Amino acid sequence: MFRNQYDTDVTTWSPAGRLFQVEYDMEAVKQGSAAIGLRSKTHAVLACVNKANSELSSHQRKIFKVDDHIGVAIAGLTADGRVLSRYMRSECINYGYTYESPLPVGRLVVQLADKAQVCTQRSWKRPYGVGLLVAGLDESGAHLYYNCPSGNYFEYQAFAIGSRSQAAKTYLERKFESFLESSRDDLIKDALFAIRETLQGEKLTSTVCTVAVVGVGEAFNILDQATVQALINEFEISGEQAPATASVAEEAAGDAAADQGGAAAEEEAAPMDI
Amino acid sequence: MTKEHANWSPYDNNGGTCVAIAGADYCVIAADTRMSTGYSILTRDYSKICKLADKSFMASSGFQADVKALQKVLSSRHLIYQHQHNKQMSCPAMAQLLSNTLYYKRFFPYYAFNVLGGLDSEGKGCVFTYDAVGSYERVGYSAQGSGATLITPFLDNQLKSPSPLLLPAKDAVTPLSEAEAVDLVKTCFASATERDIYTGDSVEIIILNANGVRHESEQLRKD
Repeated sequence: MFRNQYDTDVTTWSPAGRLFQVEYDMEAVKQGSAAIGLRSKTHAVLACVNKANSELSSHQRKIFKVDDHIGVAIAGLTADGRVLSRYMRSECINYGYTYESPLPVGRLVVQLADKAQVCTQRSWKRPYGVGLLVAGLDESGAHLYYNCPSGNYFEYQAFAIGSRSQAAKTYLERKFESFLESSRDDLIKDALFAIRETLQGEKLTSTVCTVAVVGVGEAFNILDQATVQALINEFEISGEQAPATASVAEEAAGDAAADQGGAAAEEEAAPMDI
Repeated sequence: MTKEHANWSPYDNNGGTCVAIAGADYCVIAADTRMSTGYSILTRDYSKICKLADKSFMASSGFQADVKALQKVLSSRHLIYQHQHNKQMSCPAMAQLLSNTLYYKRFFPYYAFNVLGGLDSEGKGCVFTYDAVGSYERVGYSAQGSGATLITPFLDNQLKSPSPLLLPAKDAVTPLSEAEAVDLVKTCFASATERDIYTGDSVEIIILNANGVRHESEQLRKD
């Protein structure tokens, strides 16, 4: 994509029928650090990479609780993401006030998309520079949506956005068919695996990632660092062990999800085979 | 020349009584469960108590439609607070919010007589009592509603220090133990039920302390 005479305004079409400003906006999302989401019938997990600018500063928050049944992970301009989260929270509160029931995720996502579309059709505005992975629960189970800055939205089984998300997407594409029936813990494990893929060899610790879960009987909550680190240790996926060692260690772990642990041991060998 | 008066009022009084007592490390909030209109009973089983935050419970008598609306507004505001501050509102903070919310409708008030009970940030019991437009004060105990005039003198007798001159200034908390306070509340309601027609059926009691929340219920006269 090169600079051309049709990209000054968001309200200018190119002869090929493209809105360059909107496309440039999508690039902003790709610059942000990775965020991934995946879901089963009953749970949805969001995970993101938290990279601080320097050792002195704190991490930027990329996962927001919107309501007990909805959470969002963002990639791109975090400020835009914060503002949109505030909008989503406000919509949920108002809907709950009026109808005494939780706002269905599908509705919220459409409202978000319409809000984003407005910014692509006003000469005095610019599109929101943030992609949102919206994870939520409604009567039909758990859902994951991706909201583009363009105003498009799609429902996904699993998705990854942000920088180096292709690595995570490749992993998710291989595994996604098993997600629907996955247990909560397996889902979280897969999320951590996917995050590790985006780190490209860097060590996965709970200081560089954030994980959040929402599910049937579980309100949206961000897992605390200790829990995440324990899960990472349990699954032994800091990326240093050889496949064989990892499987043995996994079976020896003897955690509560013993059955899933046994089945997972085989799955675990797979990613390291690449 | 007499002024023409409305033949319709936006308000109704659904009766009932609310009481709250603050202790050194607990708070008791109680309200009867009778809802009436005029001389009729609408239901014997209606809760006037609402949990606004982990450590704040509000009991309100008066016009229950306004009470319901007030509860919803405060709950929503609390959600916003949690999103912005990542923590629950403290009881004194909720007390101020309630006052502001009531005064906001100074010229079309919520017909609600409220008593807010909870634990402050030190874990001590706190009770705040209000009028319909938001004037409030932190006190050691309070009663509001149709039976308040019967209960308040009794609580004064049992809980108020004999004279502010004799003893050094005390905290606004009662020296009673939690069990004694709960018993006192039951006695209050039993007495008020005898003479106030709008109070009765049963009393719902909430006890808040460091260990969490407890519910108790006691049957009252149904006549």
